[in-house]
Amino acid sequence: MIPIETIQSTALTLMDKAAIEIPEDYLSGLQQAADIEDGDLSSFVLQAMLENYEAAKEDRRAMCGDTGCPRWYVKIANEAQIQGGPAALEEALRSATAEATNGVPLRPNRVHPLWRTDHNNNVGINAPEIEYAFEPEGQWIDLTTVHKGGLFGTDYRMLFPSDGIEGIKRFYLDSLVAFGKRGLSCQPAIIGIGLGGSKDTCMVLGKRAACLRTVGDRNPDPKIAELEEEFKELGNNIGMGAMGFVGKSMVIDCHIEVGYCHTGGMQMSVHAFCLSSRRACARIHQDGTVEYRTDPEWFTPYQRRETVEWQPAKNLKKSA
Amino acid sequence: MATSKKFEKIRLNTSPKPADLQKLNIGDIVYLDGVVYTGREGVYKKVVDDKCPLPDDVVKASAASFHCSPAAAPGDREGEYNLGAVTATASFRFTKWIDKFLEVSDAKLIIGKGGMAPEDYRNYFVPRGAIYLTTVGYGTGALLGRGVKKVRNVHWADELGLAQAIWVIEVENFGPFIVESNLAGESLFERENSKIAEGLPKIYEGTRPAVLKRFGETDDRSDELI
Repeated sequence: MIPIETIQSTALTLMDKAAIEIPEDYLSGLQQAADIEDGDLSSFVLQAMLENYEAAKEDRRAMCGDTGCPRWYVKIANEAQIQGGPAALEEALRSATAEATNGVPLRPNRVHPLWRTDHNNNVGINAPEIEYAFEPEGQWIDLTTVHKGGLFGTDYRMLFPSDGIEGIKRFYLDSLVAFGKRGLSCQPAIIGIGLGGSKDTCMVLGKRAACLRTVGDRNPDPKIAELEEEFKELGNNIGMGAMGFVGKSMVIDCHIEVGYCHTGGMQMSVHAFCLSSRRACARIHQDGTVEYRTDPEWFTPYQRRETVEWQPAKNLKKSA
Repeated sequence: MATSKKFEKIRLNTSPKPADLQKLNIGDIVYLDGVVYTGREGVYKKVVDDKCPLPDDVVKASAASFHCSPAAAPGDREGEYNLGAVTATASFRFTKWIDKFLEVSDAKLIIGKGGMAPEDYRNYFVPRGAIYLTTVGYGTGALLGRGVKKVRNVHWADELGLAQAIWVIEVENFGPFIVESNLAGESLFERENSKIAEGLPKIYEGTRPAVLKRFGETDDRSDELI
């Protein structure tokens, strides 16, 4: 039985880590971009950001004043048992979100869409989002918090099979150029692309591609992996850099996730996880031990399974 | 850095004289000393639409208004605040209020994210001798947080909430900011956009417009979203 107090205290630590510590994979990606950036102003911006990450860690203060919209991804292994059940888990995550908002502190960003009511704790109707996935084996839960900025850099379009790769590229470039001007999407960013599914699935896949995969990770489908590389390159050749200044750093990495869709369509979404790519994760084991990490390891073979039945990983290894 | 042009760091008081502003060019790097106050939708609406005057201690102390709300929370003692990071919010949404706001606040420095439309500078900023400073990144929230010495006051928090309240903050070596628009109303973003636009046709080669169009869609890539 995973103790609920451990879930609560781990969640609080994750809120703090996400807001303050830039993940190592994003940091090294940005350092590489800074090394080759030759636009004067873009270079200045990247250098300032690198200093900013240091300042955040040294002072234990949030790296960005807009601390985004905290949300939770919960992965539950098949044999895990949570003290108090799923309702207790949700209460613990909502409580950690509220507590961290005052503790770190974070900006109380979440308001009612119509009445603009602000509880000053980032908790409200449908906030924070809590999303779930499962793994077929194990006795642990993974908690991941992502504090993604909420206003710019994301778009959706219904494409059709006849749009082809050329149409996908067009919408990709349109999204980068349009939101890149003036740096609205706070680039360079991890770009996530969702393809297929239905409109909502497509948005979810793209967002998870941006927020739950690390810089350097590639889709296991070799042709999609090639597209990811090509799109990264394409984005960095627009001629635009940080803040929309002349430069060549737009995309720290590009991740594509797909879902089976209606035979007539090819839904596409584009998401930008910004210069403050805030994510933090932990695995909590049945005995209450906790391991922190920055890679959510969300997209396992199980999450991307194509068939009705699931073949356990050991069988896959044998046939590989 | 592949190239490291050294940018000169300019210190500027938050109640600047016209001569101080005259020296600034677009692309200059600026750090502020003095008092800055935040204002976003709630404040603009209250001040301009509802004609509620800005608090006296705000207009007297500062000519620097910041499109921002900090990551901050009330401290243990009444009137104390624990302030962490500070980052701007996108400024283009304040266009409809900015003319009147500049008039009633007499602000000379508008600080924000991403600048405003070039015509806003020419129509509203230039006649009032005001310039626009953009935050860097975005955003260097921790660096800016370091430049905050004290939260002097928070106005209208009960009514507007902490994120929309007026935060009056004392700052020292508060930055970096980049001069986006100078006293002549030139715009750094406009200049950069036009340079980048030259290369866009080439990068779009081999792509094609979507089969299903959208109302009002254009392929003019010099267009902006703001």
